[in-house]
Amino acid sequence: MNSKSEPFLTQAVPMAWAEVGKPHPHESAVLHVLGEATYTDDIPEAAGTLHAALGISAKAHANILSMNFDAVKAMPGVVAVFTHKDIPGTNDCGPIIHDDPILSEGLVEYVGQPVFIVVADSHDNARRAVKKAVIEYEELPAILTPQAARDAKSFVVPPMHLARGDAQAAFERSRHKLKGSLHVGGQEQFYLEGQISYAIPKEGKGMLIHCSTQHPTEMQHVVAHALHRHSHDIVVECRRMGGGFGGKESQSALWAACAAISAAHLRRPVKLRADRDDDMMVTGKRHCFYYEYEMGYGDDGRIVAAKVEMVTRAGFSADLSAPVATRAVCHFDNAYYLGDVDIRAMAGKTNTQSNTAFRGFGGPQGAIAIEYIVDEIARNLGMDSLDVRKINFYGRNDEEGRNVTQYNQKVVDNVIHELVAQLEDESGYRRRREEINAFNAQSKVLKRGLALTPVKFGIAFNVTHFNQAGALVHVYTDGSVLVNHGGTEMGQGINTKVCQVVAHELGIDLAMVRASATDTSKVANTSATAASTGADLNGKAAQDAANTIRKRLAEFAAKRHDSDPATVRFEGNFVHVGENAIPFAELVQKAYMARIQLWSDGFYATPGLHWDPKTMSGNPFSYYAYGASVSEVVVDTLTGEWKLLKADALYDAGNSLNPAIDVGQVEGAFIQGMGWLTTEELWWNAAGKLMTHAPSTYKIPGVSDCPENFNVRLFKNRNVMDSIHRSKAVGEPPLLLPFSVFLAIRDACSSVGDHRYNPPLRAPATSEAILDAISAVQAAAEAAN
Amino acid sequence: MSEPIRFFYRGEVRSVDAGAPTRTLLQHLREDLHCTGTKEGCAEGDCGACTVVVAELQPDGEVAMKSVNSCIQFVPTLDGKAVFTIEDLKQADGKMHPVQEALVECHGSQCGFCTPGFAMSLWSLYLKQEGQAKPPCRKTVDETLSGNLCRCTGYRPIIDAARRMGELPHVSFDREALKATLQSIQRTEMYSYTHDGQTFHAPRTLAELAALRAAKPTATIVAGSTDVGLWVTKQMRNLGDMIYVRQVRELYRMEEEDGMLYIGAAVSLNDAYEAVCKHYKEELHEMWQRFASQPIRNTGTLGGSVANGSPIGDSAPWMIALDAEIVIRSDKGQRSMLLEKFYLDYMKKDWLPGEFVEAVRIPLPRKDVHFRTYKLAKRYDQDISAVCAAYAFTLKDGVVSDAHIAYGGMAATSRRAPLAEAAVNGKRWDEATLKLAMAELAKDYTPLSDMRATASYRMKTAQNLLRRYWLETNPDSAQPLQSINAFHYAEGAVTA
Repeated sequence: MNSKSEPFLTQAVPMAWAEVGKPHPHESAVLHVLGEATYTDDIPEAAGTLHAALGISAKAHANILSMNFDAVKAMPGVVAVFTHKDIPGTNDCGPIIHDDPILSEGLVEYVGQPVFIVVADSHDNARRAVKKAVIEYEELPAILTPQAARDAKSFVVPPMHLARGDAQAAFERSRHKLKGSLHVGGQEQFYLEGQISYAIPKEGKGMLIHCSTQHPTEMQHVVAHALHRHSHDIVVECRRMGGGFGGKESQSALWAACAAISAAHLRRPVKLRADRDDDMMVTGKRHCFYYEYEMGYGDDGRIVAAKVEMVTRAGFSADLSAPVATRAVCHFDNAYYLGDVDIRAMAGKTNTQSNTAFRGFGGPQGAIAIEYIVDEIARNLGMDSLDVRKINFYGRNDEEGRNVTQYNQKVVDNVIHELVAQLEDESGYRRRREEINAFNAQSKVLKRGLALTPVKFGIAFNVTHFNQAGALVHVYTDGSVLVNHGGTEMGQGINTKVCQVVAHELGIDLAMVRASATDTSKVANTSATAASTGADLNGKAAQDAANTIRKRLAEFAAKRHDSDPATVRFEGNFVHVGENAIPFAELVQKAYMARIQLWSDGFYATPGLHWDPKTMSGNPFSYYAYGASVSEVVVDTLTGEWKLLKADALYDAGNSLNPAIDVGQVEGAFIQGMGWLTTEELWWNAAGKLMTHAPSTYKIPGVSDCPENFNVRLFKNRNVMDSIHRSKAVGEPPLLLPFSVFLAIRDACSSVGDHRYNPPLRAPATSEAILDAISAVQAAAEAAN
Repeated sequence: MSEPIRFFYRGEVRSVDAGAPTRTLLQHLREDLHCTGTKEGCAEGDCGACTVVVAELQPDGEVAMKSVNSCIQFVPTLDGKAVFTIEDLKQADGKMHPVQEALVECHGSQCGFCTPGFAMSLWSLYLKQEGQAKPPCRKTVDETLSGNLCRCTGYRPIIDAARRMGELPHVSFDREALKATLQSIQRTEMYSYTHDGQTFHAPRTLAELAALRAAKPTATIVAGSTDVGLWVTKQMRNLGDMIYVRQVRELYRMEEEDGMLYIGAAVSLNDAYEAVCKHYKEELHEMWQRFASQPIRNTGTLGGSVANGSPIGDSAPWMIALDAEIVIRSDKGQRSMLLEKFYLDYMKKDWLPGEFVEAVRIPLPRKDVHFRTYKLAKRYDQDISAVCAAYAFTLKDGVVSDAHIAYGGMAATSRRAPLAEAAVNGKRWDEATLKLAMAELAKDYTPLSDMRATASYRMKTAQNLLRRYWLETNPDSAQPLQSINAFHYAEGAVTA
């Protein structure tokens, strides 16, 4: 192996026997590589299955004057055409605010908005037929950018404001001031498996929906409302997704609803699988952000006043834009105490796809702004940006102070100082900085850049009541165990981790535990698998369920062997009672004969959370996950081309449940975040049509973008909160690690002006954006001479 | 007369006689055969979730096994070939193939959706590496996987698996048995497949092709279908009758003649670039690696790329700069012309009904001609260039003559820059001349803004790439590529 990442040889859990903490492969790894893992489109189709395709708006903002489907219906294999008039219940799939029609009722608000459904005998025939509709539009003026939305006061939810102290006064008083602006683009989730739902009518009002979704319960609700049925009529099942990344949290609902509406009318199974272009045209993405900021700071770089106004491109409806903006506001501090603060956030209503969740959920957008600003402070003061970062870190305790966030949560688990110190040392940051300066002094065309950026990320849903989970654990009489929980598997390894937790609790091998498909008829009222909380919440709930069974078995065993239940140990597939070691399966069989309940539910609600959306303050997060990374790049000043030469990352997964999975999450998030900030550019034409709607035009990182020198390690730590086995979440926070790539590029750009001018580098830092930034620095340097 | 399509898959020769000739292999696998291991991620040959391996007899009689995007391969093109999918990798005793085992060991799958495609690309490399003790180098791994996107892992564990698979107990593949099977399903006469009035023709000789083309001047010519495939899967176009040229043996001819390298129109991009790079390794190797992806290069052809004549093609600029020729044929005979004369305007070419591309002819290296080509795109692998530049100056005693400057992405077709060329011809190749030519480029082209780049970026980098060329070739202080190109620098930095 040439990889220098964590070798997973050490046992993290100080126990004689353990299943948690081991680098088990993903529970589906073997099925994945054999091609036998079943995704929604792979489920054998029931007889009579039909296929649907969506007809979408060709205009960014228009009234539909007329629609003619004659030519559609004349196409081969077409069975039916449905419009909003065919929706028996509520025409809405908005997760929070009900402003999101499933099918347009006459007003279209973006290019790609679904208008009608065609059902045919094959996927291909449905797609061919859908193009034949004749729709007459009356065009209306369109708003396409966040700035235009702000200027027009066009918002999907009211603007937000968070203030601490008097930021204006502090700014005026401060020794140094800076003002600036930044634009950070959105990002397509680009899950490899597109949106898909397969609806199968059941007896009476029943409807089973196989859906690739992170939120089966919400799918259940949306479909029940659309069909005007009860929740108990609708069952939503998801064994796995081919990636989600937030894109299948709320926006799988449209596809579930359209499949269900069609199936309900036709009394036949209907599958709706999005072609990639349709998927990208219809669904929302990561929100792009535009920021204007004013910062006050001292001679040492310490920030005393932070004022920022951020406006996002929400798209045509609210979707999750309010909580995304909230998380951005709550992450503008990143790892820093900012003194007096004034943060305003606006979710601009635009005539574009309704932007939605994407790994990090506004957190990355909040934090990148402050990192960009800290970078400028350092340059203005002629300091190394790492020193400015360090002096602004949150305090470690009450004595040090500076340990309360702008939303009034006290930071009690701060490890950023030691984590960054370790990375700084191990990566040779200072030495490389000098080497790079020497290189840049003699290299005319190529310039190298370096940056070290920290991450602090709050874990929990900002909305308190989402922080709950349930699970079911069944122990069968042969000793095998089936676990079902409310979380969904999208590749992140939640099932592996939950199975490990259950195996650990019952003292049996992981191989004896299997997770079944997420199913709303098993665990009810689940939260989305989102906000990095999947393993935290569902792991705890499954542990609770397994623990209940364990207690019953311990009592039963203790009784039989005249022992104390508290001394019974479950280890290595045996139950140890006094001197006796009984095979787990044997004890289970005996317990069954004794009529002991061998299955149990489990439940978990994260303690200590509260949030006041009016004042934007409270304790929204259970704890913080930390990390940092160092990136080194080389930039071509003639073309803006660049290459990542080396990346080192250190991530705090607490007492990791599975270090192999956690390192995989960190690496994947790093490359994905790097894509967001560099090659992945969403581009709409003047008419508001997204022109980057397929992998031919939208470029996520490819294999050669993964640096040969890529070292990801886990920071040794234990969660101070009583999280599942003291582990920490890993889904989203590492997406912020590649800020160091973006800022290393900016550092290289800045070198063409001897680091005296701030390169106005926008994200994504495409070669064009990089060349623009370089040109601006060159122009500034020339103007000064 | 229509006959069923015959190909070998999962241990048997299958005869397929259902569906339109434009039905894709992916549709056939998933919907007809219910082999759902192969996935659809984009249906345009860009993500690699649908990657399979296709085996065919080469003109030399040997079996070639190559990764292919099944989402844009039409089923009739498989006649006489063999298909291998993820379902084929598992061993007879149920054990995983080393490729699969390595992926599991290295934690190479997360959501798993892209995994079968990666496994098939890796298997194609596994077959190629047979008998080699050393694990593949990073460059080889990148080339192999350039057509596979993964959104979860960030690639590191998959790269590790590519290095690990060869260390596991070897599983050999019986090529001889496959060869015999393939030989048994070869046809001796032109193959035709008709469904619902639409016919797919696969002529076997140049004469047959020419006659067919004359008879059906509006039929769609198909070679690798790496572009035509998308007309079907994305634009839902009806292709009418189709003429498949990759069964015409004469079109695989590749040889040097009169100082030119003749490359038949059915030669795959990979084979064509391999041949050209024997002469122009320094100059064209990067372009070879960056041209689309491995599976696209395995089926796509240089002839098809030239015939298509996209304004942003990566091959046309360098071929124009080298004075490459296009050989056009019809039933009336053959004619040749400079490639630059072939492109008249946006997607408009100088040919008549009944004509088709027979070959391209590429001049071999000439003394004193300094040839370079550069590509700018958002991503290194498999991206369409925003600007593609090519330069070939004759330099004698530091003075330029016969300058060829050609760009893609700067106009409606790939074309030369006459004013900039005039500005350098007869002058010393110094910075003053360079600046003059850079200024003239602004008059040569009026590029467009689109999702790949703005007009101003295109112009500025077109000028700066000329500077890069000057830095590399000027007589006074020529600089090595690794000091002026980020990718080359990075390669050096990794090995150092």
